[in-house]
Amino acid sequence: MFYLSPDEWIAVQLSLRIAIVATLTALPFGIAVAWLLARKDFWGKALVDGLVHLPLVLPPVVTGYLLLITFGRKGLVGGFLENFGIVFSFRWTGAALACGIMGFPLLVRAIRLSFESIDRKLEDAASTLGANRLRVFLTVTLPLALPGIIAGMVLCFAKALGEFGATITFVSNIPGETQTLSAAIYSFMQVPRGEDAAARLVVVAIIIALAALIVSEWLARRAGTRFHGE
Amino acid sequence: MLSVDVEKKLGDFSLAASFETAGDVTALFGPSGAGKTTLVNMIAGLVTPDRGRIVLDDAVLFDSATGINIPAHRRRIGYVFQEGRLFPHMTVARNLDYGHRMNGLPFDAAEANRVIDMLDIRSLLERRPGKLSGGERQRIAVGRALLTRPRLLLLDEPLASLDAKRKSEILPYLEKLRDEARVPMVYVSHTPSEIRRIATSVVWLDGGRVTAVRGVAFLDTMRAIDS
Repeated sequence: MFYLSPDEWIAVQLSLRIAIVATLTALPFGIAVAWLLARKDFWGKALVDGLVHLPLVLPPVVTGYLLLITFGRKGLVGGFLENFGIVFSFRWTGAALACGIMGFPLLVRAIRLSFESIDRKLEDAASTLGANRLRVFLTVTLPLALPGIIAGMVLCFAKALGEFGATITFVSNIPGETQTLSAAIYSFMQVPRGEDAAARLVVVAIIIALAALIVSEWLARRAGTRFHGE
Repeated sequence: MLSVDVEKKLGDFSLAASFETAGDVTALFGPSGAGKTTLVNMIAGLVTPDRGRIVLDDAVLFDSATGINIPAHRRRIGYVFQEGRLFPHMTVARNLDYGHRMNGLPFDAAEANRVIDMLDIRSLLERRPGKLSGGERQRIAVGRALLTRPRLLLLDEPLASLDAKRKSEILPYLEKLRDEARVPMVYVSHTPSEIRRIATSVVWLDGGRVTAVRGVAFLDTMRAIDS
């Protein structure tokens, strides 16, 4: 019979919570940045594009280090936020921040592509029918971009679930607080007789990843038939 | 009463058109590339002229001299595009209802029913645009524009994407529209036979310039070209 010890359960739950919070928090920013990059020309656009994609190409440990010196308690942003009781370092919220930033480029890429593939003429049609720019965005642009938004969220979620380097560098590997699935598997493999626990968590990781894929496929198909079916 | 006097440079092409029309249905006639669609887009507010003035009845829609440029969504001008441009993620009913939802106009069930019956689209209401024929799509596009209670209806080659059989199916609806809806229309086409059936006056556009403004009988002189 397959069962998880309480410690393993906590790591799984923590991972899911971190990945979900990271994805949902990144989503509005991802949509905004994707829209800016897809639709607007502004000074410094290449720089913004580069910054967004940086976590994709930097070694994760470097991203974690940069997060630590920026969002750590003595960091520029971290020190400021601490005045408001917001602390990232060595907390699960910090893990969510690291995962969100690591997944952000994947989220933005997918949404940006779907914004770019939308027929702008439909937006023109909406404006002649009396919709202001915000309403055009909410009733035409956003719904038509839905398949790309779903795809981006799944990629971001998967990245967040599997994130290791940046998280462990930024918030360490504290069981029950910042020890995610990946970190727990790594830790179990370092101790004698930890292989069984590691193997169980590996199975859980595979199940979660598969479930995410199936759900996204189902959602994308549903969105697809809404556009093309009767 | 529509009064247009606009200029716009687009790369090598320059448009400088001026005309006034009080007719029920004004045809914008001319060969492809004459600037017909650009001109209609300016009236709708989708393209901004470099210079000029557009006035509909007593409302100034655009005036470069005083800096007036009413945005498209506040012009109350219905626009039927060549390709229909129905929203693929909405049912036909939601498409028809879109303008009313965006404008906050009170819902007029009698008006909606009248338009639906006139265009004969009641059986399509629950369908999605993806599965409709080109002719059905254009009828819904007409209905959707009409239900925003426009002060002016622009039709940009609404039959161009249809084959001959579908065209002859739609034309009677457009005639009904002219006779029943009582909305002034600007009808873009390069087909004299269509214009003879629909329009009351003709603005001839060629190479970005208005070359003639006449009654529709003027087209009879070019019957030979059409056939």
